[in-house]
This record gives sequence, C-alpha cells and structure tokens, in this order.
Amino acid sequence: MKVPLRWLREYVEINVPVAKLIERLTLAGLEVAGVRLVGVPAPEGLLVRDDSPRPVWDRDKVLIAEVLEVKKHPDADRLLLVTVNYGKQPHQMVTGATNLKVGDKGQKVVVALSGSVLLDGYADPPVLKQLKPTRIRGILSDAMVCSARELGISDEHEGIIILEDDAPVGMPLADFMGDILLDIDVLPNMARCLSLIGVSREVAALTDSTLKAPPYRSFALSAEPFAEVAIEDARLCPRYSATLIRSVTVGASPGWMQRRLMLAGMRPINNVVDITNYVMLEWGQPLHAFDHDLLVQRARRAPPAILVRPARIGERLVTLDGQTRALTPEHLVIADGQGPIALAGVMGGADTEVTSATRNVLLEAAAFDFVSIRRTARTFDLHSEASLRFSRGVHPELVSPAALRAADLFAQLAGGKVIGTVESYPAPPPPQVVTLPLSEVRRSLGIDLPADEVNRILRALEFTVTETQPGVLQVVVPPHRLDIQHGVADLVEELARVHGYDRLPATLLREQLPRQRTNRPLVLEERVRDILVTCGLQEVMNYALTTVEREAPLVGPNVEYVRLANPVTVERSVMRRSVLASVLESAASNLRHVNGLRLFEIGFVYLPRPGQKLPDEPRRLALVMTGPRYAEFWDSTAKPAMLDFFDLKGIVEALLAELHVPAAEYRLAKASWLHPGRSAEVRIGDDLIGCFGHLHPGLNEHFGLGRREVLVAEFDLELLLAKVPERHAIEPIPEFPPIRQDIAVVLDESVPAAQVEAEIRAGGGELLRHVRLFDVYRGPNLPEGKKSLAFALTFQALDRTLTDKEAAKVQQKIVGRLERLLGAKLRA
Amino acid sequence: MDLNELQQRALKELEACADELALHAWNGRYLGKTGEVTLALKRIGELPAADRPAYGQKVNQVKQTLLAAAEQQERKIREAELARSLTAEALDVTLPGRPVQRGRLHVATQIMRRIIAIFADLGFQVYRSREVEDDLTNFELLNMPPHHPARDMWDTFHTTTPGVLLRTHTSPGQIHVMRELCPEPIRVILPGMCYRYEQITTRSEIMFQQVEGLAIGTDITMTDLKGTIQAFAQRLFGENRTVRIRSSYFPFTEPSIEVDMDCIVCGGQGCSLCKGTGWLEIMGAGMVHPVVLRNGGYDPARFSGFAFGMGPQRITMLLYGLKDIRQFWANDLRFLEQF
Repeated sequence: MKVPLRWLREYVEINVPVAKLIERLTLAGLEVAGVRLVGVPAPEGLLVRDDSPRPVWDRDKVLIAEVLEVKKHPDADRLLLVTVNYGKQPHQMVTGATNLKVGDKGQKVVVALSGSVLLDGYADPPVLKQLKPTRIRGILSDAMVCSARELGISDEHEGIIILEDDAPVGMPLADFMGDILLDIDVLPNMARCLSLIGVSREVAALTDSTLKAPPYRSFALSAEPFAEVAIEDARLCPRYSATLIRSVTVGASPGWMQRRLMLAGMRPINNVVDITNYVMLEWGQPLHAFDHDLLVQRARRAPPAILVRPARIGERLVTLDGQTRALTPEHLVIADGQGPIALAGVMGGADTEVTSATRNVLLEAAAFDFVSIRRTARTFDLHSEASLRFSRGVHPELVSPAALRAADLFAQLAGGKVIGTVESYPAPPPPQVVTLPLSEVRRSLGIDLPADEVNRILRALEFTVTETQPGVLQVVVPPHRLDIQHGVADLVEELARVHGYDRLPATLLREQLPRQRTNRPLVLEERVRDILVTCGLQEVMNYALTTVEREAPLVGPNVEYVRLANPVTVERSVMRRSVLASVLESAASNLRHVNGLRLFEIGFVYLPRPGQKLPDEPRRLALVMTGPRYAEFWDSTAKPAMLDFFDLKGIVEALLAELHVPAAEYRLAKASWLHPGRSAEVRIGDDLIGCFGHLHPGLNEHFGLGRREVLVAEFDLELLLAKVPERHAIEPIPEFPPIRQDIAVVLDESVPAAQVEAEIRAGGGELLRHVRLFDVYRGPNLPEGKKSLAFALTFQALDRTLTDKEAAKVQQKIVGRLERLLGAKLRA
Repeated sequence: MDLNELQQRALKELEACADELALHAWNGRYLGKTGEVTLALKRIGELPAADRPAYGQKVNQVKQTLLAAAEQQERKIREAELARSLTAEALDVTLPGRPVQRGRLHVATQIMRRIIAIFADLGFQVYRSREVEDDLTNFELLNMPPHHPARDMWDTFHTTTPGVLLRTHTSPGQIHVMRELCPEPIRVILPGMCYRYEQITTRSEIMFQQVEGLAIGTDITMTDLKGTIQAFAQRLFGENRTVRIRSSYFPFTEPSIEVDMDCIVCGGQGCSLCKGTGWLEIMGAGMVHPVVLRNGGYDPARFSGFAFGMGPQRITMLLYGLKDIRQFWANDLRFLEQF
C-alpha cells in the first residue's frame, strides 16, 4: 500500500517527525518497506534508501507559472519560445515540449529557474543535473518548463507537466505537491489498512492523534425504481448495493485526484473510474461502475434486475480486458436477466462498461466471501487492487460510507445527480463482543498493562470498552474489522503492538526445565559426520529433489517415487531415493575443476509405502572418492598413486570401528551399479548394512564422470546406527610384554584372507592379541594358483610374562589348524 | 722435568684442539698409556722416597687440571660442532608444508551445530520430524484452513498424492512434538529442511533449512520470548547486539512478531546489507496461537507458549556477507572449503 503523506494528513494530524512515524508504524506491524521523496528533502533522522536519484525542488527556483505566450523559435523548427509569468516579470525560455504549440496561453506549468537541480531528461540511467543558462540555437535560455520526468515524479517525458487551471501562480512546487510516499507492507490480517483511512486510524492510535474521517452527505432518495438487487447465497455475498447517479459528464478527473492516484500506483482513466478507485484507496471498499443505460437496454427498457449468484455451467463473460472467460459455479458473478455482467469482486464485464458516452452510472458497492474471490482471482490470474482487497476480506459495513462518499464525489466532480440506492443486506453480522480479563494480558505478555492504557489503546482503535467487573473488560469490535476471530489473543496483540514491543522487558524462562531426553539418532548421526571428517572427507548437502532418470541406475526400474505435482523445473521433480546419486552429482560438477575429491553426504531418502499416504524417510550415508591418494608435493619423487578399493575399505573399517559396532563381514557385492569384482557388501549379523567399491565403469558416462575410477559407498544409516551399542568395553593397557612372531602361509587363491584370519584367531585363542596381515605375495616362487599371506602375530598374557615356549606352542596350534582346515603350508 | 712447563704446554695445545680428532690425539699425547703425564707418574719410582709424596701430589694435580680442562674443551668442541651442524641443516622455511587430507563439515552443518549448541545451553532440545507432510499438519492444524489467505505466504510444492506436500516450514513439527509430549511442558528446537515453490535466484531457494523453537508451559510469556531471542542473538552474533521486536502476522501465533537485530556491518547507521534501515530481520516469532495449542492437546486457558523460526542459510549469509543463497546446495568445493 502506497501512502502519500500529503493525502494521509487529510485524515489525521501527524504530530511526530516523519522518521518517528515510520518507526512507530513499522514496529506496530505496518512495515514501511520503502520511502520515496517527491521533490522534498529527506526529513531528519530518516534513513531513505532510494536507488534512483530524486531531485529536491528548490522552493525559490521551482515554481508554478502561467503561460503568457508561445512563439516559434526563429532558427529551429522543433523548438518553441515560451514566456511565462511566475509572479515576477515575464520570463522567456526555449522549450521542445510537444504539448505546447504556438498561440497557447493560460496553461499552468512548472518553471525551473537557473541553478535548480533536476533530473537530466535524457540521461539513462537518470542523473541529477544543475540547470545553467545556455544558448539554444542563438537564443539565451536560463530557465525551463519541466516534464514529470525532469521533476522526478514519473517516467513521463513526452511533454511538460500541465497543472490544473487553479494552480496558484508563483507558489513553490514543493509546497503545492511535494510529498513523501510511504510504501507499507500490509500483513494479511491487517487488510483494513489497505486504505488511507485504515492507515490514518493506526497513526492516530500510535501517536495519540485523532482520526478525521472525510465528510460525505446522505442523499434524499428518489422513489424512482431504477434497479432491483438480489443475492442468491448470503454466505457468498452478505451485502450488495447499487446507487444510481444520473447526468454524469465523463471527462478527466481533477489534477489533485490524478496525482494522488498516480502516487498510490494507479493510472488515472476518467472521472468515473478515478472516483471509484479514489474511494477504494480512501476507504478500502472496492467499487464498480456500470453504465446504467446499457443495463436498461439489456433489460429491454425495464429497470435491470441484478442478481449475485454463482455462474451457471457453460456461461461466459467478456471482461474489461477483452478476454472471454469460461465460467463455472465456482465463480461468483453479478448477473442480470441476460447473464453475467461482472466477475464479482474481480473484474467488470465489457458489455456494461462505462465509456466516454456514459450518462448514467450505476455504482456497485458490495461485500463478498473472500475465499470465493480468491479462488476466482486465482483461476483467471486476475489480480487487481479490487480483488486484492476482497480476497483478504472487506467488512460489509464499509458499503454505506464508501457508496455515499463516491456518490458525493460524482456530484461534485462529474456533475452527477444522485438518485438513490437499492440494496440487499440479508444478514448483517451481529456485533462481536469479547470478554477480556486484564489478567490475560499479563499471562500472555508478561507485563501488567494498567486498565487506563488498555482502555486508551482499544478506544483509539475504535473498540467500544466497558468494565463489567473489576479487571474484566467487555470489548465490542468495531465494524471495520474482520480479524478479531479468536477474541482475547487478538486483543492482546492489539495492546502489545500499540503499547509498543520496545517497551517490553526481556526476561529468561522461569518455567521449570522440562524433562531432558537424549536424542540418540541425532547424536549418532553427528558422530558419523565427525568420524568421516576425521578420515579426510568433505561433507556435501544436495537437493532432495531430483529426477527418476538421474538415479535410475542406482535404484532400479519401476520403483515408486514421491512426485511433485508442480515442480519448478523437471530437473527437480521427484523426491530422491538415493543419496549416492546426489553425491555423484556433486562429484561430477566439482571434477570439472579438481582432479580428486572425497565426499560424503548424510540425508534422507523418501520411500513411498504401499497403503500409506506419507512415505518412509530413512537416512542414508553415501561416499564418493576419486583421484590421487595424496596431494602432489614439491619433494615428491613420483606421482602419487590413485585411490583404490582399499582406501575406501579403510574408511569403512574406520567408521565401523569408531562406532564400535559388532564385527562386520565383507563379501563380494551383488549390486548392479558396482564393479562385480571390486566391490563388497557389508553385513553385520544378518543385516546388509551397505555396499561399496568401484562404481561400475559402465555408469561413468551416465553420471558425467569421464573415464576415471570412482569409488562409491552407500549405507543404510538406520540399520547401521541400530548396531551401535550403548556402551563398549575398554581393555586395560597390558602390563606384561608381548611376543611378536610372523608367519607366512601358502594357500589356494580361492581362500579369502578374512577366512585365514578367522582361523588364526580361532587357533590362537586368548593369548593371541593381534593379527595383522602385512603381505600378500604371488609369484614365480609359488605354484600356479597359490598365494602367500604373511601375518604379524602378537601374543600376550594379561597376568604374566609370556614365555617364548608358550608362544611357540600357540603358533604351532595355529599353523596346524591352517594346514588342516585350509590346506595351507607354512612358508619357509 | 718441569711439571709446570708440561702443564702449560699441554693446556696450550689443548686450546688449539678444534675437533674431537685433535682432542683424541692430545689425550693420547698427555694422558694416554704412554702420555707424558702417565709417564711422569710412572717415573715416581725413580725418585728418592722422600720426594715421592710431593712429586706424586704435583703430578696428580697436573693430571686433574688437564682432565678438567680436556672435559671443558670437549664440551666446547661439541657445542661448536652442534652449532655447525645446526647451521648446515637449516631449511627454507618458506617452502610450503606437506598437504594434509582435510575433511570438513558442510557449512550448513557447522552453523546448525552452533545454533543447536546455543539453544541446548538454554535448555532447548532437538526434535525432528518428517519433510513430506500432509496438508492437515502443515496448514490446517496450524490454524490455516483451506483457502486461508495466509496460505499465500507459503508457495507450496504439492505431490501427486492429494493432500500430501513438502513441508513449507518446520512448524508442523510443533504439532508432532505437542501431540507426543502433551501434557508435559515443552522446550525444543525443530531444525530441518523445508521446501517452497519459488524460482531459484540469488535470494530464494526451493529448499532451505529452518530452525524453529517451541516452549510450552504454564508460565511462559512474550517477555520470555524476547529474552530468549536476545540471548540467542548475542551468543551467535556478539554480546553487544540489540534486538528489536515489531508486530507481525503468522497464523499459528498470536501475538506475532518479527525480530530484527541491529546491523552487524553498520551497527544501525544504514548500509547496503541492511538496505539502509540499520536493522536485519533475523526471525519470526510469537505466542503460540490458542487454536494451535488446542490442536496439540494443550488447554490454552492453562498453558501458554512461544514459538520462533529462523533460517540458518540467511543467518550464514549475514555472518559471512554472502550474496548468493544458491551456493549452499551447489556444493562447489571452492565454496565449501572456505568454512
């Protein structure tokens, strides 16, 4: 809502500096999001951020003037010499104005004298420029007649500004129309402030001033039966009134009205349309003008019978913008016997539009159900000043003052004769009464507001207040408010915002601390993050929105997705089922500028469940690594080796070890997206926790990864974290020395290392403390199909110093077991 | 033989020993098996018995003097050698260090942890709830019946299942936590991802995090809300920060407020970050609406509560002066590695 202060001052005296006013409004919920200065300097203390330069109209140099004479420039076809009077001696200057012509006289224009600073009419973007005397084609010109653009009012620069005839000659323009325009963000529950009067009422309450509503007359009603109005469903239209104004002369509206409309962001059309818009801006009540004669014509010379009703199936209406609208019973229309004549609250029909030929105006003032108007405005994407107000709710009680005020203006400004009003008001809303115990103020706000202050605030906002018993107020809601729906809480908000939140102290919760709970899922999730960061991985976070195609190779065909009905882009149209696909996307985009990376992401996947409306949202962990094992360094002798399966496995092992989950089992993975020979699945007990390894080389292209080897892993974090024990045992540091022995055994290629290690452990029993595989050998010294595995064994007793003999005995037992069960041979 | 002359000669030669080798030779010459001092000592037998004690004492004195001097000389030589080797071993310390493989949390996680830690100190615990929500919990139970004008405040992603949407805010978590804990008092924060149907620009994203706070009890007021938010702002942004409260509107709070903080760049003078206002909007908040309390199972006549919500991405942008919100989920390492 754009509010010109000059206009606002008509309804309320502003007794505080503008900067203070803006602060009070902002704190009270009427956020002043922008301030525009029109020809005046910034008021003190006001932080104005305006991206375009605004000229300040010098009170001595930018003046209202009268055209005395317009002559041709002797040496230029397109230039004129204009002589004006601005209260001193006549002054001649050169102009190129296209809206002046030789012989013109009497127009009121704006003259800027040498030294005044205005916008350069030709520079783009606009810049401020000081006016200096210049010779134009041989004639000295030390002043100019100004365009709206030069004055910084609008972009209009086709011609100079022509003011109304009664504009006072010699008056500084700043005094005549200098202004400050506040751009107020009106909250959804403050639709009452989509009007000058609404804002004025707030200003009055906030600054202890008084609201002066604009005067309007009631009219002696004629008995002429000019129309009938009826409402089909009072819930959709609680009130409808039609006022007839005869003998209207359609023409331009007065300059002051046009200026106000323009500042408020509306385009002046003609006096009839302008008056309806002006009253809408003033009262917040949208109005619509029909050409009464056209309605009579449609009714075959009878008084039109207006009916507010839902549209019938198949009905159409050509709206003011020339579009044909196909209507359904969802849309509320104003209709006569012939069919719809307007989309209620949204836009009028072209057939009954007011034109320059209109003589008699039928003025509609009505209230509609906001839900219905919202729906209509939305289906047709018709968002007007009227539909904006109606779709937030306009109180039916505003119908009368707005209709009367507009009728009065028609009489004053368009020469109209007000004939009368017919209306249907089937169900006036009952007065709304709220019982407000003052103790509730304390319970919600934490401060005691004295009864006086409560009274003052509510009365200033036009609530009627009576104290029914000590400490309890009975509050009647004024008939312009639809937002007081929950009684006490709504009133407490009014008290808080008018009293001022800045006056509330800050306290800390006195309430006892609620029972504290451990959030184990979160704690463990953060632990996983920390472990992986320690392992040198960078965390990424990706959109949960993706495409089916992108992750198809990872999740397989024919799976159900949570799909968006209204994606902003097809690239983000379903909720992901794979976190790995996301991390691969991050990898691909980064690999354009790095040669290696190690990434992980922990995030949700969204899995539709049969028979359930909402999907399951389990957490997944995905890792992607590729590139050199170490960063290159200046003293490196060779290029570092590339990361391989065992680098990734090392991280997986570290993760599992740090989480203290039970021992995992690794087997060749079966997932189609992994390299069949270089990937493993991880099992803990019976559960498949995840798998990892080389991404199947056939998928590199799909994920945009080029030809490099990419290591990937995906874990079911829910399953993994479920394995994490509450506590784990801590072993004492051994007091007695260990004995270290190495053994190397030769066995068939097909025997997995893990199995050998398991047998070593089984054979070694309690005295075998550690087993570490330190060498795998294949080569000419060994028979075909055999390999040698070398293990470092550590023997240690917790209660005594172990003897070599004891250790040798255990080792013998181990070797025997390997020979017996795995066909191994001790290597010499 | 003149023992004094011997001692002086030995000491002089000792002084000339510049390294361990020379010292070793000197040692042999004077103190070794055939060294002059050793020989002089042996010569004692050639003397008359009466002269022996004095002579023996004198030779021993010479020996002790030389031993002490040799030890000192050896120390000197070692020190000199150490000093030499230290000089020789000097590196070009301006050469770069060997790179370490560094891991790092995403900046969103880092900031989220800071926020969670601050609220943990204030007794607020983390409660998380689902992202794919139903209309009922995301809107209706939060006092927004179908076609409520306030729904315009959230441009919503709907799914192809009627009534199922991506949550537009973390507020549906209020309903979940209330229904789970009622009638216990509540003090939680609800962090998580939210989604809005928006064009992706430098200032708006389709996906972003929110942290919502909720406190419910029998003695919770607006002044507590103000104090809690102020404590938070001062912890995160600096002890001298001041907050300002202005009236606002959210369907699920009444009264509703917006919280501004004095601009961290200009301190309130007006700059490009605060768009000349001197204030930065940091969160929306309010007293929990009676309808929402009731929908959560709490009797609004007995219980009251406050709620607040903020955007960690916006806060991060304020903290680091970032201009482009799209960087958060673009995961460009050149961005992430700076945090």
